[in-house]
Amino acid sequence: MKKCNNCYKIYYRKELKKNLNVCPNCGLHNQLSAWERIDSLFDQDTFEEWDQSMTSSNPLSFPDYEEKIEKDRKKTGLNEGVVTGKGLIDGQATAFAVMDAGFRMGSMGSVIGEKIARAIENAKNESLPFIIFTASGGARMQEGVLSLMQMTKASVAISRFSEAGGLMISVMTHPTTGGVSASFASVGDYNFAEPGALIGFAGRRIIEQTIREELPDDFQTAEFLMKHGQLDKVVHRHDMKHLLKTLLEMHAKGGVGK
Amino acid sequence: MKQVLEFEKPIVSLKEKIAELKEFTKHSDIDLSEEVSTLERRLAHLEDEIYGNLKPWDRVQMARHQERPTTLDYIDEIFTEFIEFHGDRAFGDDEAIVAGVAYYKDNPVTVIGHQRGRDTKENIRRNFGMPHPEGYRKALRHMKQAEKFNRPIICFIDTKGAHPGKEAEERGQSEAIARNLVEMAGLKIPIICIVIGEGGSGGALALGVGDYIHMLENSTYSVISPEGAAALLWKDSALAKNAAESMRITSYDLHELEIIDKIIPEPKGGAHRNMKQQAENIDIILEQSIKKLREIPIDDLLEKRWEKYKQIGDYIES
Repeated sequence: MKKCNNCYKIYYRKELKKNLNVCPNCGLHNQLSAWERIDSLFDQDTFEEWDQSMTSSNPLSFPDYEEKIEKDRKKTGLNEGVVTGKGLIDGQATAFAVMDAGFRMGSMGSVIGEKIARAIENAKNESLPFIIFTASGGARMQEGVLSLMQMTKASVAISRFSEAGGLMISVMTHPTTGGVSASFASVGDYNFAEPGALIGFAGRRIIEQTIREELPDDFQTAEFLMKHGQLDKVVHRHDMKHLLKTLLEMHAKGGVGK
Repeated sequence: MKQVLEFEKPIVSLKEKIAELKEFTKHSDIDLSEEVSTLERRLAHLEDEIYGNLKPWDRVQMARHQERPTTLDYIDEIFTEFIEFHGDRAFGDDEAIVAGVAYYKDNPVTVIGHQRGRDTKENIRRNFGMPHPEGYRKALRHMKQAEKFNRPIICFIDTKGAHPGKEAEERGQSEAIARNLVEMAGLKIPIICIVIGEGGSGGALALGVGDYIHMLENSTYSVISPEGAAALLWKDSALAKNAAESMRITSYDLHELEIIDKIIPEPKGGAHRNMKQQAENIDIILEQSIKKLREIPIDDLLEKRWEKYKQIGDYIES
């Protein structure tokens, strides 16, 4: 049994899972793990994973970092906070990356930067579109400035991909903040978000301390961004597959690869 | 009154002592010249000792020094005929970033940089060098123009970070930074970035994608301020000193991590002690950098840019 954090209605876990973790009563979009997301979008058994074994080193010899990584590997069954690969969405081939907020809050270190950059390069080389679902608290503190530079690494890959005429779709899910929001999440040819997702650059508390005033309740939600012209569309999870499929079809007619 | 940093206090008090002695001998018959020269030797030794062994936290203080030269100071020293251009053409003019054209050794270049204020009044006008989205969009507008007119781009990085505020979020702070990263990655013109003070996270990076990244010796470049890191990691911002050590934020750290290309030396005691000397040190490296980059065909340059960033990071593959 699980109680909805928003409307407090009680559901069987199975019921919630069947509804893709969306509360059947109030529509709250609870997080999906990386593989739940893949299963919700890709045709059965078509997803082929890339760089599955890649895992974090401890480049700055940061205290306790390895233990934290190991703990989250056990918790999530993943080697890092992103799964990349390719597969078919309703028969349409696409390269794909999906972040998992359950792994160190989806924070971006060297592995995430490298896997995403490689996925984009693969997309370029195989003339595939690239779809990314972001979920991240931002940079990974334990990798210091190396994590900051992953923003650039992914951005250079995007620039090359875009120059080659590649289609990139970004879907921001809860939460997409900091360095991820300020790099690849925000520069898709189309930028979407799930309802209620927290999306922003600076943290709410830091902003409140800086401007010394309370922020509106909907501050930095997908709907707030939509209102301020920062998104193409807020998309309900149930409508996501159809939207992606349609866009992939539209761009397949001469739109992918120059 | 010059700002004295904590670790410099022994030097300052010794200097005061020497000055006192000199003053005393003027009005006295006793000859103290030998004592004075002993103390002066000790001072030279002490300066070497202290400035030669700066800890990361000392460099953080140096990078934030009130009198540390800013982008406009270096523009005055290194370039001629600088013309500043304003505005992003969409919202406003963000004075936390300055941008324009100038001559560098008789060749036109585009110069862009974060701009702190040199006093409180100017700092308020320039928002302490912390840009809003319109600042980054102004910068991008100039970069595109530089590409069109085949002018190399020189970026000076000096910011605590992008402004964290309500309006900045409303106008797309994330998108503005992200856009600059992607666009700079593909600009068909040499880009040289020089960190002159603080390189604060995404707000610094948005002017920081280039073919060469150099840092002044006592500047810093980090994903978050030491205070912020300490608060996040250990729930105690007083541990900033420890964070400065473990986060690896000095020019020497970044050079070792193979993120930056060159460390530009500073005069003893820091850039603010001798701005002209500092500008000359920058000038030497800048001239070499532009010359080298100008020799590389543009397609190769872009390929090298990709290779440069591709290799940053560390991971295990089995």
